[in-house]
Amino acid sequence: MSEDGAGVPDDRRYTEEHEWAMRSDDAVVVGITDFAQSELGDIVYVELPKVGGRVVALKEFGVVESVKSASDLYSPVTGEVVAINEALTDHPELVNSSPYDDGWMIRVRVDNLAELDTLLDAAAYRKLVG
Amino acid sequence: MTTSELLKTPLAPMHEALGARMVPFSGWLMPLQYEGLVAEHLHTRKSAGLFDLSHMGRLAITGPGALDLIQHATTNDASRLAIGAAQYSLICNERGTVIEDLLVYRLPDRWLLVVNASNRTRVVAHLDSLREGLGCDAALQDETFDVALIGLQGPESQAVLQPMVEGDLSALSYYHARADHFGADEVIVSRSGYTGEDGFELMAPSSLAIEIWQQLLADGAVRSIGLGARDTLRLEAGMALYGHELTEEITPFEACLGRVVRLDKGDFVGRDALAELHARGPDRKLVGLATEGGAVPRAGFPVVAGESVRHSDLGKEPADVGVIASGTFSPTLRHPIATAFVRSDLATPGTAMGVRIREASVPARVVSLPFVPHHTKR
Repeated sequence: MSEDGAGVPDDRRYTEEHEWAMRSDDAVVVGITDFAQSELGDIVYVELPKVGGRVVALKEFGVVESVKSASDLYSPVTGEVVAINEALTDHPELVNSSPYDDGWMIRVRVDNLAELDTLLDAAAYRKLVG
Repeated sequence: MTTSELLKTPLAPMHEALGARMVPFSGWLMPLQYEGLVAEHLHTRKSAGLFDLSHMGRLAITGPGALDLIQHATTNDASRLAIGAAQYSLICNERGTVIEDLLVYRLPDRWLLVVNASNRTRVVAHLDSLREGLGCDAALQDETFDVALIGLQGPESQAVLQPMVEGDLSALSYYHARADHFGADEVIVSRSGYTGEDGFELMAPSSLAIEIWQQLLADGAVRSIGLGARDTLRLEAGMALYGHELTEEITPFEACLGRVVRLDKGDFVGRDALAELHARGPDRKLVGLATEGGAVPRAGFPVVAGESVRHSDLGKEPADVGVIASGTFSPTLRHPIATAFVRSDLATPGTAMGVRIREASVPARVVSLPFVPHHTKR
């Protein structure tokens, strides 16, 4: 765990709600940060949108539930969901163990890739959680 | 309320040294978790878990009128307690709804009530006014800040604790307590708990709390357990938490606690109302629910009629037939569990229900409590 923000990867952007968004080919992959999973504690359920559905920047796209509570997930970008991480159905704890890799949540074909530039960069996010 | 205004137990420096996440709870700064809720929960079921319970209210009652005061205040029959025995009991108001749930100990030199942190000041005021009204010759002393309360719960508890005390723990039965020595110091050892496992609760002078905690934690079988796992353990064990399964809007019969309401013991606060409620029978009852899928039913979510009921009501939106009291993910069972108050005619195990979670109606069925069998020593 890195609650001081030391482990925040430089290869992606961040929201103030603790989601990350990373460009991958022509799409953007979205997940939650290490800080977020650590604050939530043991994650037991992740509710994601259907493939083909639309997500809108700064609007809710799903719910993550820890043992203690349910929290909304906010999309960093606007576009169409082209894939969801099916592994989270049986293994929601992947969000705890690997928030930046195996615990990814949705893959979005964004309307406008420039939207990424409006998000926090790693240095700004480190400052937020530091 | 800021952190500095919160009350701290004598173990607060210990929790911080252990890296616990500290949170406000009923006016106290308490450890929510150390290594992680699920790991702590499973460890308690498998081995032994250490709990700081020093935030719970401990009220000593002495004097010739002590029993009379307790009998008037509580619903169970304290006159049946032998010295060294304890009982679960309730304090009700005149309407027969629940002000507090508590443990009543009859110790050699005093009666001891263990009450919820959230209700301590209210219970003290209630007992004081009752004592004045009755003219009881009884003295009430709040021991909460002088005495630490430490829980050790789980199948290894006896093996862990035995080398550190003098008395033979195998001779101490469930819901019994006695004086003992922890090293050179006098403590009270009670065989009781809130997890459904075998275990003990130690009452010791606050100045000894850290030393006792460190000694117990030095045993490899023992880990520190936070309030998060304490709640999931008690819910799996089907035990009530005040504010959820019990409130001033809930009767003991609705909460399936009629066994601790002794209508035949003589007068007590709420008896007339409780006699009437008992004769009428409750309109709603507390049940266990197991839901399908991973979404967790949380307190306050509506419970709707399931397939069996909807069948005769075709075409209509399912009506609310109840409400969730407590809900969580069960680390032992690996699926969501909940308690709910539902219409009494639907309270039979196996009955199909639905729980409204966000936009969905999630299938659920009534299951018998506890969710996880108890392993307490009889």
